[in-house]
Amino acid sequence: MVRHLFCVKYLVMLEKREDVIDRSIVGALIEGGIDFVCSLPCNMLAGIIEIIEQERRITHIPVTREEEGVGIAAGAHLGGKKPALIIQNSGFGNSINALLSLTRLYRMPLLILMSHRGDRNEQIAAQNPMDEAIIPLLEALKIRYCCISRRAEIGSIREAAVDAMTQSEIRAVLLERELWDEED
Amino acid sequence: MKRIDVLRVLLDLAVKMEGVIISNLGFSSRELYHIGDRAENFYMLGSMGLTSSIALGLAVSVPGRRVIALEGDGSILMNLGSLATAANIAPPNLTILIVDNEAHSSTGFQPTFTAGVTDLEAIARGAGIPDAVTVFDEKELRSRLEDAIKSERVSVIVAKTEKSWENAPVIDLDPVTIKNRFMQAVRSGLEG
Repeated sequence: MVRHLFCVKYLVMLEKREDVIDRSIVGALIEGGIDFVCSLPCNMLAGIIEIIEQERRITHIPVTREEEGVGIAAGAHLGGKKPALIIQNSGFGNSINALLSLTRLYRMPLLILMSHRGDRNEQIAAQNPMDEAIIPLLEALKIRYCCISRRAEIGSIREAAVDAMTQSEIRAVLLERELWDEED
Repeated sequence: MKRIDVLRVLLDLAVKMEGVIISNLGFSSRELYHIGDRAENFYMLGSMGLTSSIALGLAVSVPGRRVIALEGDGSILMNLGSLATAANIAPPNLTILIVDNEAHSSTGFQPTFTAGVTDLEAIARGAGIPDAVTVFDEKELRSRLEDAIKSERVSVIVAKTEKSWENAPVIDLDPVTIKNRFMQAVRSGLEG
């Protein structure tokens, strides 16, 4: 047992800090029951999506547009799966009608995990307008959300997933850039 | 061929072959509800453009069920990316049936681009679905659709129809009822 713990600790030390964070996020999704993911890439989400692609407990479908992911997730739910959508906050805007006239209308569960782009360290100016709009949008749509900016908060992803699935609701989680920048 | 003729053939085959249908919003769903409501029909009431996406998510999640997307030309043109996704994920139990009347029939028959130069069968092939075909009459539709539902490959059928609609009533089912009875039917079909 001691030897085993030593090995695990050693492996964790070898692994890059970002990988550890990405792994804990995927772990929280799995603990929350998520077994089906539709994704569009973001450089903040690259590691998470790569882990999910390798993860046998999760069916992963890369999609062409966020709204399409909402539809595929709805179909997965009809087939008994517990779906999540992994996207950039900029792409959230592409999915709004579907979230309301499909997911919410039929009372379907969906967890939306979003990278929160457009903060003060953002390199791409086009990300800034959606940064300003994302929280007011979520509030206007009455979608409950939480923001994760510290490693200690990653457990909230599991809670959001469980809430979405048990209450047949849409829940959103915003992953802040600071999460990956946090000092040890 | 009228849309309702396509729906009768579809319903007949779906019942025989225990297929479940994800049905596009508007008159497609209303006419399908009118000619043969059953728990295995999922009627969309909104989210135009997502018929094939919902059907793909379902087909991947329940490989033991045959899933048919009842699409329109207007709706598939809103989400052409879904054909690329269907081609690459390629669920063998998925059939996409596109009723192509070259118009948005639920809003007054405004022409879509399939009335112009756009060819949905060619788009499906270009997306990577070689099992794509266009049919013009009921006999051909029946034979192609039966093969497609049976086949172990994702397929697309474009059924060219007249600009027709039936005086079908609005669907008076609660959305949650539509969902719950559909989910139950999908599950019981897997157990049976």
